Amino acid sequence: MSPALNVVGRSVPRSDGIGHVTGRTQFATDHSFPGMLHLKIVRSPVHHARIRRIDLSEAERVPGFVCALTHADVPHNVYTILGLIGVEPEEEFVLAEDRARYKGEPIAAIVAESEEAALDAVARVKLDLEELPAVFDVEEALKPGAPIVTHWGNNTFMYEGHPCRRVRFGDVEEAFARADHIVEGVYNTKPIEQAPIETTGCIAVPEANGRYTVYTNTQAVYFSLDNTSIILQIPGNRLHFVGGTVGGGFGGKVDVIVEPLATLAAMKTNRPVKYAYSRSEEMQVSSTRSAWRIYVKDGVMRDGRIIARKVTSYADSGAYSRQTPYALTKHAANASGPYAIPNVSIDAYCVYTNRVPSSAMRGFGITMASFALEVQMDKIAEVAGLDPWSIRFINAYRDGDIKPHRKVVEDATLIETMQAAAALVGQDLPAEFRAMTSARRSEGGA
Amino acid sequence: MGSKIITFVLGGREVEVMVKPMTTLQAVLRYQLGYTAVKEGCRQGGCGSCTVLVEGEPMMSCLLPVEDVAGMHVTTLEAITPADGLDRVQQAFLEHGAFQCGYCTPGMIVVSKALLGHNPRPTRQEIVDAFAGNICRCTGYEPIIAAVEGAARASASKAAQPG
Repeated sequence: MSPALNVVGRSVPRSDGIGHVTGRTQFATDHSFPGMLHLKIVRSPVHHARIRRIDLSEAERVPGFVCALTHADVPHNVYTILGLIGVEPEEEFVLAEDRARYKGEPIAAIVAESEEAALDAVARVKLDLEELPAVFDVEEALKPGAPIVTHWGNNTFMYEGHPCRRVRFGDVEEAFARADHIVEGVYNTKPIEQAPIETTGCIAVPEANGRYTVYTNTQAVYFSLDNTSIILQIPGNRLHFVGGTVGGGFGGKVDVIVEPLATLAAMKTNRPVKYAYSRSEEMQVSSTRSAWRIYVKDGVMRDGRIIARKVTSYADSGAYSRQTPYALTKHAANASGPYAIPNVSIDAYCVYTNRVPSSAMRGFGITMASFALEVQMDKIAEVAGLDPWSIRFINAYRDGDIKPHRKVVEDATLIETMQAAAALVGQDLPAEFRAMTSARRSEGGA
Repeated sequence: MGSKIITFVLGGREVEVMVKPMTTLQAVLRYQLGYTAVKEGCRQGGCGSCTVLVEGEPMMSCLLPVEDVAGMHVTTLEAITPADGLDRVQQAFLEHGAFQCGYCTPGMIVVSKALLGHNPRPTRQEIVDAFAGNICRCTGYEPIIAAVEGAARASASKAAQPG
């Protein structure tokens, strides 16, 4: 080991370890402030509805009720989390206006002296709703006559004027025509809740200097701060976000959900306000990993080489896209897998439905592609009469190969990883695979 | 219904709290007394992050009305931490990297203390059974089990030392 390396290769105690084992680590909602108020949300009880009227009169009479917030109180009520990186259009309502697009969508916020009073008042809000037809399936949502979820008239996120993120490389139809085998598969996955043990939450505290300190368990402190600044139309320098301690996130705490309303309530009341999800909210209304449907069609030669791959993917973003447009872009860049395939066509759709919005979760966009493609690889192996190891070595990409989205492969390690995996499980590999390397094809190996 | 005064022994010290009926031990510990090592992952008895010892037995404080512990001894992670350094179970969790986010850790350590108190050399299965009510979502069960085994070995070898 190089003497300059004093961490790599060594076991180093975690800086937060003592705090965790003594319970002294302060998570966001471990903070408590005198006079702290509690914010709870009135949510849509149905999947899709026109909102005719919100009647707060009974809620206002609950002892401990302090104030209610509706969309009219939110300075910039329609936003897009990824607006910070130029994604358009603004689409998600901090509090619903004329329509609720998913079951659990926030319609109003109640602020009260205690959590019990807030929950009691929430239960007494009367919603006059006209239920609308809802759609829950990505392909149903794209059919003519499907209920339209978005406020712009179709159910797809638009990528530079196209209803899907597209990748075109070579000529798949020509290659399918000369392939020895055509192998097709359709792969469906369900939404997955990240389910952190600490639920999403924050406490916004007004300071004497006119700023707001927000203790939050967001995974994205500055993303949350910037979006809060946009939604509340106040300069970012009036917000001080204290975060970095996250009781489990897995992507589930990347969206900007609790901070804007808690801070708005703190501005209205000039008191600390806590807004934390219950376990039920965490499981039912916080965003999930998207449900996916992925169609794969491969053209394969007798020797196992894949010469063409066509992928049509649909990610169910739910009622709002949150981080899903970005997931589809990552997906499209990886939907041919870690394989060198000369002809590839990918159409990846971010589809709106009346389900709970989906968003980030560990490797989102890629994880589900890997599931579909690796099952598909086993299928190809079967059709071509090869074993699952061979089909992957034969098609593995190497340094210098061009990926379908025109990126040159660098630092490939698929071959070396498979060789190491084979050794670990006692799989004897043929000499040609043992000798293979990820180095540029011209530089070495088979 | 009016509030009541409840007295119990917390970490060896008698405390007196005024509570409305059905206030949970968890709410009293966290929000009246500031014992925030008691976590609140679900408040419905599903995750074990709020586990405390009541008369030495692990209990989920979110399901326990504080009236039910009147006159009893309650121990949270705060009282398990010695004045100087760490308890051997805490040390073992640290050495085995038995946590990632740390949110389930207080409950896990409290359960481990109870287990080792009753059973200084538990089998792997006994350790697994002890954690039946505690969820770790960062998928750290193996290091947690290893930490308890390590703590058990550490105390056995200490006991074996002369003098």
